[in-house]
Amino acid sequence: MLARVTCFALDGLRPRRVTVEVDLRTGLPALTIVGRADAAVRESRERVHSALLNSGFDFPQRRITVNLAPAQLRKQGPGFDLATACGILAASGQVPPERLAGWAVFGELSLGGEVRPCAGALVAAEGARAAGLQGIVVPDACASEAGLVAGLRVAAVESLADVAALLRGTAPVKGGRPAGAGVEPSADAGVLPDLADVRGHAGAIRALEIAAAGGHNLLLSGPPGTGKTMLARRVPSILPALDDAAALEVTRIHSITGLRVGGGLVRRPPFRAPHHTISASGLVGGGTGPSPGEATMAHHGVLFLDELSEFARPALEALRQPLEDGAVTIVRGQTASRFPTGVMLVAATNPCPCGEGGDACRCTAADLARHRRRLSGPLLDRLDLLVAVHRPTAAELAAPPVTSSQDVRARVAAARDLQLGRPGGLLNAAISADALDLAMRPGARALLREVYERGTLSARGQVRTMRVARTIADLAGTPDIAVEHVLEALGLRQAEEPAATERAA
Amino acid sequence: MSACDDCLRRAWLLRAMSGHLERGRRQGGVLALEDNQLIEALGGATREELRRRHAGFDPAAARKLVAAAGLASRCRHGGPFPGGLQEAADAPWAIFVAGRAEAFDALAAVDDVAPAVAVVGARRAAGEGEEVARSLGQELAAAGVCVVSGLALGIDSAAHRGALSVVAPAPDRGRPPTVAVLAGGADVVYPPSARGLYAQILRAGCVISELPPGTPPRKWGFPARNRIIAALAGMTVVVQARERSGSLITADLAMQLGRPVGAVPGPVTRPLSHGTNALLADGAHVVRDARDVLEALLPGHALPQTPAVPALDDGLRAVLDAVGDGACTAGELAARRGVAVAEATADLTRLEMVGAVCRDGAGRYLPTGRIGALL
Repeated sequence: MLARVTCFALDGLRPRRVTVEVDLRTGLPALTIVGRADAAVRESRERVHSALLNSGFDFPQRRITVNLAPAQLRKQGPGFDLATACGILAASGQVPPERLAGWAVFGELSLGGEVRPCAGALVAAEGARAAGLQGIVVPDACASEAGLVAGLRVAAVESLADVAALLRGTAPVKGGRPAGAGVEPSADAGVLPDLADVRGHAGAIRALEIAAAGGHNLLLSGPPGTGKTMLARRVPSILPALDDAAALEVTRIHSITGLRVGGGLVRRPPFRAPHHTISASGLVGGGTGPSPGEATMAHHGVLFLDELSEFARPALEALRQPLEDGAVTIVRGQTASRFPTGVMLVAATNPCPCGEGGDACRCTAADLARHRRRLSGPLLDRLDLLVAVHRPTAAELAAPPVTSSQDVRARVAAARDLQLGRPGGLLNAAISADALDLAMRPGARALLREVYERGTLSARGQVRTMRVARTIADLAGTPDIAVEHVLEALGLRQAEEPAATERAA
Repeated sequence: MSACDDCLRRAWLLRAMSGHLERGRRQGGVLALEDNQLIEALGGATREELRRRHAGFDPAAARKLVAAAGLASRCRHGGPFPGGLQEAADAPWAIFVAGRAEAFDALAAVDDVAPAVAVVGARRAAGEGEEVARSLGQELAAAGVCVVSGLALGIDSAAHRGALSVVAPAPDRGRPPTVAVLAGGADVVYPPSARGLYAQILRAGCVISELPPGTPPRKWGFPARNRIIAALAGMTVVVQARERSGSLITADLAMQLGRPVGAVPGPVTRPLSHGTNALLADGAHVVRDARDVLEALLPGHALPQTPAVPALDDGLRAVLDAVGDGACTAGELAARRGVAVAEATADLTRLEMVGAVCRDGAGRYLPTGRIGALL
């Protein structure tokens, strides 16, 4: 007896259709799984065996061969458990095989026969729709996630017995959401940290607003305990909510990486803060999968690198190209996976190794030089704003908060609308120098030229200053860049990058 | 023109005894000793070997080495030599010059102490320190005074840079805008990160040392170098120094030579100002800008006309006053003046561009006390 069940495997961030073929033959009782399965898939043998028996089904005393086709694709994870069990039930005649034809089956089994949620349900559902199937059977906890795919029926199941009832036609399909109807469940639980909780820091908050409005990468520099991390954590709260396409993309990534199993659409820009010991492949993706890294998990959101100078050089180097291109392609063996990395980078660093900076600094000159060197790498070239964060004064701490995230978010959204409405539809952080130059008023251009000729601003620094000035003009609702905007932009570059001044020396 | 045989022999002896001098660096006055006394005092077990090599010194070969390194040599026994360098008991013998040798000779062109001023201070300067050193260097060079310093990071480099920034120095007897004195050979750039500055100084002025080419710097060489700085300069100005600082050694040596010493005052709470404030308490000249230096150095001389400083407009003047009053970040300034942070940042940039304020290592704005031309 032969049975076929459709399931989906992950290939990078894309679904790949996998047919689970189950064949029962006479011979010594055994269960063999073939078809480039990794350890979690091969272990499903034990789970399937126990789950079938503990759900009151027979485990056929035959020679059972399970083949995962196509054979050349690597299969990972426990999502094939349920399909394998259904295949055995159908092949041994315990459920009718007809219904399996139009449905995909996705889920992990426990030994007791319960169906457990597992990562990647959204991608599997997208695959099922693309393959023209009428529906997908998913764990109950993943139903709202799979339900995000329009035009696909979703059957939510809690146990193997539920699936059997469904296939026999003795139970109705539960949890399916008709396409395009109903309120989308939100995956955004809990309250985001808000700028209304912050006292003082007016200068840094203004810089965050500019960075968020233009999608600029930002470096916060200040002594420990001044609030760099606190400020960075509030950046997502001033970014506009994700639109439909972006939200689906982020939800898919979070589903695959297991950041969020189940739940609905992610509307909030993600915030990722990897520790500085992270490797290059942890940051941009890698491994034999290959699997996406932190930069991809922060796609459409904020990637926060605290203690930037402590990160390994190779990790920071690896991040440079993805930051520039908004995507990274990882090639491992025969597979090439493309992961999106459209992040806003927020980095934080101490002004010097001892952390105090300025008068109170106790570092030796050599320490300072080493610190500057670590920061002066090519990554610094991608940071548009270099902002000093200071310990708030007593008066500032006693004063009411400067602003709230809601107000800032509204201004950011308005400025972004202006940018996206221009030809090209890019945020200012990505537009070309030529386009910027056209928008400069003569006075602003003359000012920038004067600063450049003094040698305190590199050519690249000049372009970055223009980009930031463009965003400042957008926040002010002005069509072109005026002297005031350039002056403020210049103030948001805390000294020119040390590497350039050393070269000039 | 070159240093005499005896002086060259002395220079090579110092190099051969560099290790001995390192171990004996706590003993004062060894550099005032004659060659044989020096070998006797510090030579230890290698005295015989040192004496033998000292006697067998080959001046011609040494001159070849100096020329091959692209250096010139000078000494007090022939040709022009700065008078100031001959006064002390432990005055240097040979001087090796990298860069324009005629620039060094020009320092000797005046009979008395050449109008040169040493501007020295902490390597790890903070706040307005480097800015003060830079503007002192610039204004002194513009007034035709040669700025002498040690090429160290921080104050020294800032003073050199300031002097080099004078596009057209006063055409004053070919005197260089700046001279760097090194603790190793004149061709050994120390610190190595000052390569760029070193090259600039070579083009405009010269770099000098009493040690033969290729000698790596050692600890004993730094106080020894400081004595050359103090001797070469008519006045020594310390910009920022902690309580125990090499710059104070330079100031001490200058006082022993009877030269005026100046110091830039700083807040009493700041460790970087303890050294300079202590000098002031001991009677050093108060140095606020280059005019104070020129008045102490050349009393009664007509001071060079400084260009009239156009006043800041009232708005920026008020901003500058607020910064001077302690509003050192854009946020504080905005709160104090009741304006938006954007406007405060733009105002601070305006002041920064005219040189009225600068930023310290932590990004705080500090007044420089100097106001350039308004935009």
